[in-house]
Amino acid sequence: MSILGTRVERREDPRLLTVGGTYVDDLRDPALDGALHVTYVRSPLAHAKITGIDTSAAWELPGVVGVFTAADVDLPPFPPNAGISGPPPAAMARPHLASGTVRYVGEPVAVVLTETWALGEDAAELVSGDYEPLDPVVDVGDALRDEVLLFPEAGTNVTGTSGELDDSLFEGCEVVVTRQIENQRVAAAPLEVRTAACAWDGHKVTLWLSNQNAQSCRDELMANLGLPQEQVRVITPDVGGGFGAKIGVEQEAALLAFLAKRADRPVKWVESRSENLVAMTHGRAQRQVVTIGGRRDGTVLAYRLEIIQDVGAYPRMGAFLPLLTRFMVSGVYDIPKVESIARAVVTNTTPIGAYRGAGRPEATAAVERAMDLFAAETGVDPAEVRRRNLVRPEQFPYSTPGGMTYDTGEYLKGLVAVLEAADYRALREEQAERRAEGATHQLGIGLASYVEITAPNNTEGETGHVEIRPDGSVLVLTGSSPHGQGHWTSYAMLVSDQLGIDLDKIEVVHGDTDLIPKRVGTMGSRSLQLGGSAVHRAAVDVKEKARKLAAELIEIDEADLELTDGSWQVRGTPNVSLSWAELAQRAEDGLAADVHFTEDRPTFPFGSHLAVVEVDTETGKVNYLRHVTVDDAGVIINPILTEGQRHGGIAQGAAQALLEEVSYDADGNPQNANLADYAFITAAELPSFELLTMETPTTLNPLGVKGIGEAGTIGATPAVHNAVVDAVSHLGVRHIDMPTTPERVWKAIQVHS
Amino acid sequence: MQVSINVNGEQRSHEVEDRTLLVQYLRDDCGLTGTNIGCDTTSCGACTVLLDGESVKSCTVLAAQADGHEVTTIEGLADGEELHPMQRAFQQKHGLQCGFCTPGMVMASVSLVEENPNLTEAEVRAGLEGNLCRCTGYHNIVEAVLTAAKEKSGAAE
Repeated sequence: MSILGTRVERREDPRLLTVGGTYVDDLRDPALDGALHVTYVRSPLAHAKITGIDTSAAWELPGVVGVFTAADVDLPPFPPNAGISGPPPAAMARPHLASGTVRYVGEPVAVVLTETWALGEDAAELVSGDYEPLDPVVDVGDALRDEVLLFPEAGTNVTGTSGELDDSLFEGCEVVVTRQIENQRVAAAPLEVRTAACAWDGHKVTLWLSNQNAQSCRDELMANLGLPQEQVRVITPDVGGGFGAKIGVEQEAALLAFLAKRADRPVKWVESRSENLVAMTHGRAQRQVVTIGGRRDGTVLAYRLEIIQDVGAYPRMGAFLPLLTRFMVSGVYDIPKVESIARAVVTNTTPIGAYRGAGRPEATAAVERAMDLFAAETGVDPAEVRRRNLVRPEQFPYSTPGGMTYDTGEYLKGLVAVLEAADYRALREEQAERRAEGATHQLGIGLASYVEITAPNNTEGETGHVEIRPDGSVLVLTGSSPHGQGHWTSYAMLVSDQLGIDLDKIEVVHGDTDLIPKRVGTMGSRSLQLGGSAVHRAAVDVKEKARKLAAELIEIDEADLELTDGSWQVRGTPNVSLSWAELAQRAEDGLAADVHFTEDRPTFPFGSHLAVVEVDTETGKVNYLRHVTVDDAGVIINPILTEGQRHGGIAQGAAQALLEEVSYDADGNPQNANLADYAFITAAELPSFELLTMETPTTLNPLGVKGIGEAGTIGATPAVHNAVVDAVSHLGVRHIDMPTTPERVWKAIQVHS
Repeated sequence: MQVSINVNGEQRSHEVEDRTLLVQYLRDDCGLTGTNIGCDTTSCGACTVLLDGESVKSCTVLAAQADGHEVTTIEGLADGEELHPMQRAFQQKHGLQCGFCTPGMVMASVSLVEENPNLTEAEVRAGLEGNLCRCTGYHNIVEAVLTAAKEKSGAAE
C-alpha cells in the first residue's frame, strides 16, 4: 500500500520539540564567533528632510565599534519591484539607509555596531537626527491627488495603473449595488522577527537569513554587492514563520554584508518586535469599490472591482499585488460581464509586501462581500445567490474574464458539502427565532466560496535532486524552503513511495545556495506541486537507473526484477537481490537524478467556508462560534499537514476579519507598533475548526496536487466578515469595514436603531 | 553580579550584568537556545520556562531574581530519549509548524496540565491566551494539551 495519503507524523518535530530547532539567532557557527550586534536607528517622522544626524555621542560609548549613515554606504539603492503596468518610476529606488528624506516612521537612518545587544540599544538612543518635517501623505486618496509627492523626481505618487472601465457595463441590470470596502493593512508578524548574520571568509560572503527563498536572496545580494555567484552564499536555517513577508532580502539584511566587511568581523542583526511591526512589509492595504448588478432572481450579470493599492513608502511587492487581485477578480462565479481597474500609489507608511495569499484574498473578499450585498438587495438567500452563479463542472477548463484558465473544480459540490455539514437550514431557523425574540445575542452566518491561483510563478519551476548514498540512505535536495510546512515529511514520503526506503533514512536538505545553487523558494503555495513533483520525478528516475544497473549486475532482464522490502530482487528468487547500498556503491557515477519541473500553467484550488458568529447587540462584541470548510487542493499527500495549513490559514483569515489592523494617525504615526497593541489573535478568540475533505486532482502535474498554504486565509476572511454583517443585517446594516471590532459593530447598529 | 541557578538539574554559576534577563541568561550564558524571544512586551510567550515548576515568561524575570532557584527549559523536559508526554502529544496532534513558539507553548501547557489535568477545551484556550502562535490556528495545540491532560488524569486514577 502506498504511503501517500496517510497520516504520517512529522520528521521535523522531535528536534523542534527537544532543543527548539536552530533559528538564525541560535547559530553557534565558529564563523560567527565574536559577531558584532547591528542595531538600526529609525526615523521618528513619516515624512521629513534629514538636515543632520549627530553620531558623536554614540561613538563615545565604550563598546561601540561603528556608526554609519547613508553617506558612509557605497552600495547602490534597491530598484523598485515589478509594478502592475511595467516597472514603477526608477526615482522610487530605495537606499539602504534613508538619504536626504525619510518616508515612513521606522525607516532606517543610521546603524550602530556594538559588542553586545544591550549596548546597541544604548548606542542607538544616543544617535540624534535633525529633521525638517514635510507634509505626510497617509491616505491613498490623498496620495492619488499628487499634491504632496514622496519622490518629486518621479513627478507622481502613482506606481502603476492597469485595467479599463466601460460605462455600459451595468446596462440591462434590474438591481445594481455599489459599496466601498477597505481591505485593511495587516502585519504578517511571524513569531521569529527578521534576523540575519553575516561573515566574510577571505573573498566570499555568507549571509544566514530567516527567509523563504535563499536563492533569490543570493541573486539580489549579488546584484547589490556586484559580486559573482561563487562569492555569495545564503543559508536559511530553521525559519520561524514567513507568511510571504520573508520573501527577498531586505535592505537591513543586505547591509550586513557591507557592515561585516567594514568592521572586518562577523555581524548579527535581530530586530525587536516593535521594529518588526513598523519596518517589516505589511500586507493587504487595498481600498476597493465593488459594483454588482443582475436580475431580481439572484442572477448576477455584471461585476466591477476598482482598486487603489497602498504601496507604502517604497514600491516593493505591494506595487505588483493588485495584478493578482485582478487575475482572480470574478472568483468562482460565471459572470457575463466583468471588469477591474487598479491603481497603486506610494504613501508615507511602511512598505507593503506579500502576506499569506498576497493579492488573492483581496479579490475573494471583494467578490464575496459583493455577493452578500447583492443577496441583501434582491432578498435572495446568500447561499442561493452563490449556487446560482457558480462556474459549473462541465465548463472546465474555464477561461475567466481575468485572463486565467481554471484547470479543475467542483465548486457547487464544495458549497453543498459545507451547507449540509453545518446544517445551514437549522442555522437560518435559529437565526430567525432569535430575531423574532429580539435577542441581545444575534446569530450571524457567513459564506464564502473561493478559487485561488497557486504557483503563479510556475514557469520558473523548481528542481529536485534525489541521491542514494553509499550506506543506502537518501539525500534529497530541494529549492523550496520550508518555514513550518513540513517539507521534510512530505518530500520524504514521495521518495519512500517510489524507492521503498524508510522515511528515517531519507534526509531532506534545503536553504543553502552552495548546495542548491539554482532554485526558486517557497511562496504562492507552490512547494508540493512544483518542488514535490520535481522530487517525485527525480525519485522515479533514480528508480529506473537502479533497475537498469541491477539488471546489468545480476545479468538478468529488467522485467524480471522487482523492488521488494527495500531491495531489488529477482522475481521468484528472493535470495538473489541487491540492496540500495550495494547499488549506490557499485554505480560508477553515483546513483542520483536531478529534475527541473515546470507546469504549463498555474493550478486553481478552491473551496467553501461557512462561519457562525454571535453578536452582542448591546456591546458590538463578536463571539466566533463555528467554522466549517472544504478546501480542495487536489490529491492530498499527508492529511495531517494539509489540515495544519488549513487551521493556520483560517485563524489568520478570521483574525483579519475580526481583530487585526495596522493603523496610522493623520501624521503617519503607527498606532500599534507592538504585540500589546496589535490585536494578534489568540487561542481564546478562536473555536476549533470543522474540516471536510474533497479531492479534485489537477492534470497539470504527476501528483495531481494543488496548493494549500493560503487557502484557509482566502476563504476565512470573507466568511467571518460576512457572518458578522449577517448577524445585524436584519437591522438594516449592509456593510462594516474590517476589522469588525466591537466599536465598529456597535456604531453600525446605532446608525440603524 | 554572580548568579547561581539550577537549570535543568544542573547547578550553574555565572557573572552577569544586573540588567540581564533570565531569557538572555539561558540563551547567552547557558547556551540553551531552545527558549526563544518573540516580542519586547511579554505578550507572545515564546520564552516561557518553568521557574520552580511554575510557568513564567523568562523575558520578564531578571536572571538575578532566579538566583538560587530551579529553572526548567524545553531542553530539560524529555527524559533522555523519551519525550515528555506533552512533547509527544504535540507531535502526535501536529501542534507545531515552524516551531518557534513551540518551546514556550509546551512549557506553558505542561504547567497548565500540572495545575489541572481535568481541563475543558475552553479552559485550555483561556490558559494559553498568553502564548501566541501564528502557524497552527491553535486547533491542534488545544488537541495536544487535551490529549496530554487526559493521559495524565488517566494515569492519576
